[in-house]
Amino acid sequence: MFSFIVSRILQALPVMFVVSLISFAMFAYVGDPVAIMLGQDFTEAQRVALVRDLGLDEPFFVQFAKFVGNAMQGEFGLSYRLSRPVAELIAERAPATLELAFSAALISLAVGVPMGIYTGLFRHSWLSRFLLTFSLVGVSLPTFLIGILLILVFSVWLGWLPSFGRGDVVRIGWWSSGFFTVSGLKAMILPAITLGLLQLTLIMRLVRSEMMEVLRTDYIKFARARGLPNRAIYFGHALKNTLVPVITIAGLQLGSIIAFAIVTETVFQWPGMGLLFIQSVGAADIPVMAAYLMLIAVVFVTINLIVDLLYYAVDPRLRTGRGAGH
Amino acid sequence: MRLLRMAALAAALTGILASAGMARTVRWAASGDPNTMDPHSQNVGTVTMVLQQIYDSMIQRNRQLGLEPGLAAAWRQEEPNRWRFTLREGVRFHEGETFTSDDVVFSITRALAPTSNFGIFVDTIDRAVAVDALTVDIITKAPDPILPNKLASVMMMSRSWSERNNAARPQNTRQREEMFTTRNTNGTGAYRLQSREPDVRTVLARNTGWWGWQVPTNNGNIDEIVFRPIASDATRIAALLSNEIDFVLDPPLQDLQRLRSQNALRVLEGPEVRTVFLAMDTARDELLYSNVQGRNPFRDLRVRQALYHAIDIAAIHRTTMRGQSVPTGTLFPEQVNGWAREEDVRLPFDAARARALLTEAGYPNGFEVTLDCPNNRYINDEQICQAVAAMWARVGVRTRVNSLPLGPFFAKIQRDDTSLYLLGWGVPTLDALYSFQSLIATRNGAQGDGIWNYGRYSNPRMDELIQRMKVETGDTRMATIREALHLYREDVPSIPLHHQMIPWALRSNLQIPHMANNQPYFRWAVMN
Repeated sequence: MFSFIVSRILQALPVMFVVSLISFAMFAYVGDPVAIMLGQDFTEAQRVALVRDLGLDEPFFVQFAKFVGNAMQGEFGLSYRLSRPVAELIAERAPATLELAFSAALISLAVGVPMGIYTGLFRHSWLSRFLLTFSLVGVSLPTFLIGILLILVFSVWLGWLPSFGRGDVVRIGWWSSGFFTVSGLKAMILPAITLGLLQLTLIMRLVRSEMMEVLRTDYIKFARARGLPNRAIYFGHALKNTLVPVITIAGLQLGSIIAFAIVTETVFQWPGMGLLFIQSVGAADIPVMAAYLMLIAVVFVTINLIVDLLYYAVDPRLRTGRGAGH
Repeated sequence: MRLLRMAALAAALTGILASAGMARTVRWAASGDPNTMDPHSQNVGTVTMVLQQIYDSMIQRNRQLGLEPGLAAAWRQEEPNRWRFTLREGVRFHEGETFTSDDVVFSITRALAPTSNFGIFVDTIDRAVAVDALTVDIITKAPDPILPNKLASVMMMSRSWSERNNAARPQNTRQREEMFTTRNTNGTGAYRLQSREPDVRTVLARNTGWWGWQVPTNNGNIDEIVFRPIASDATRIAALLSNEIDFVLDPPLQDLQRLRSQNALRVLEGPEVRTVFLAMDTARDELLYSNVQGRNPFRDLRVRQALYHAIDIAAIHRTTMRGQSVPTGTLFPEQVNGWAREEDVRLPFDAARARALLTEAGYPNGFEVTLDCPNNRYINDEQICQAVAAMWARVGVRTRVNSLPLGPFFAKIQRDDTSLYLLGWGVPTLDALYSFQSLIATRNGAQGDGIWNYGRYSNPRMDELIQRMKVETGDTRMATIREALHLYREDVPSIPLHHQMIPWALRSNLQIPHMANNQPYFRWAVMN
């Protein structure tokens, strides 16, 4: 078990290195922070001085080496745009994104799994057909459009829910939470649905097909032959075995929920890391972009690791497989 | 009797409670959040729009953008190089410090620091000297006729507060730590900063002790301003429609019609002091992005005129800008000192004439060229470029539009890596010199001269006029500006298109004067 974890972490290191190299190389194309920082009035001398201050006159690999060296010490420097430490900015925004991602994942699981089971068991009911059609909408509509539609209906027409922002937040140490105020919870609903809808439909379709697959297997037939009640067959035997791929997908999707909250956060002006990233791209704020991309890489690597460990726990075959000298 | 008294007391109490509960709050949104709260660090509209509610300058703008006394009650040019300012008495900063001439000296010195972004407003100042507690002399390096216009953009800070908080200079990029002034303020202005969460919410509260409330024109009755940045156009408008926001500074053009049709909302329309134009490389012997070999068509006046004639500005005004533009034939709009109606005349739209001029210049079949264009900087910038490209194609100049986000766009043109580009130019000093100096003067390394002249246009006569504008005063100076404007028309250093209009959208119960510098002044805002 321990050696398994260590080997996975060692595998993660080159991944991180490549991500940082690629993200750093990308910055050459987002534009020149100097042009934005100088504003409308400056002299050539000021421009040259600023380029030197930022170290942008050094060769690419020198810049990259410095960046990696600093990043290893957790030092990402000062945001060009906001003149504040990057680590602090990201720590300030992380709660918003994590709470949103958590809510979205919760919605997608809490609604997606039951819907998947239902449509898997009652394939021909009209409700199943409706849910499947509805899931097509969820898969095919782009996130920003769903967000805007929800805003139009629930904020502009009905006036029930806020169209932007996070509402009032409660501070618990450095964490800011929207879970404890009415306005915070209300503000959470639309963005969480927007962000979770795609995952919801994915999970529903996955559970459905896995369920149908498992119900055809021999051990289910044997279970039926033994006269077990439907309930025990569906939930005790079938569902448990459908959950392995669902855990993988849901886990991996959690990573993408965090990473791709960018669009949702932009539509709802949700003050999380994704919005910070978009604003940083607009201003060519390289330190923030670099730190964010590194963070997302860490999130993905970590989630992959956890999913592997969960596999290990859920699926006994893996354990014996490794024991047999893999 | 006793009962009556009780009733009266109760009535009085209810009245107090009612008025206390009626705090007038304006919920205001715009697409961008101020990046800093430091008054000398970033010279951009999104920062100024918040800070000018908090900080005062010695001279302030009135509703027509003219000058009126601010922290200085009076000023005079005592000698060509020396201005004397008499300060207002009894002004206090939000944290209690008394405002004195020493704070003026400090603030001007701070704005002069190399890390300041406000150099353009103090570039002619040699030093500021405190004569006594309420008198300041400003010594300029050369006579500066428009010093008061520039000082209207220099906000005044407290020396003791800044030094105590280690913020005697604006933020330096070399610094590793955040500066105190990035998130804290201490001004003398009408509103004080109550709370700030960057990119989320900035709350300003009325400074009841503000000196300016004594001035009758400052009739604002707003108690609290809550600013929320909302980057997405659709969401910003949705928030206005769903009554979560009272005032949107930058509604998108395509939504104006819809907003106008709502009873609870109003759209304020007005011009902005920002002129959109096309400029071209007139320096190289061969263009970087064209199929013409061995010569540069833009060096030929006839080609510049032909491209000018080929633009149907009325169509751009009507279709691309949906009526939200003021077509122009000159470098800046009428709010700018030096503007002259006779010089604000376009070369008429005349495709036949354009073709004739191109033939005369030796391009009977036209040529190919690339137009660099920002796509998120000015109102409908990319669409303007596409419209122009289509119009030029009709006279044979096949134009490829290379549209870029503002970061890469500015980086590209600032390397002079362009043959033709679109730019919009605002004039914060509201004086002609600013535009001529930055856009038309030959680039010579001196502060300000030609720094935005990326076509590297150069005309000795024009340079001479611009140098004269820097020192002349009165009617002589106006005549010089007039001559420069005329020369601009004749020599076509750039092709002007229009001044931007900047609509504001607000709830009907809110009144605020529309300002051409795109800055809301809440000291004049009234909410019913």
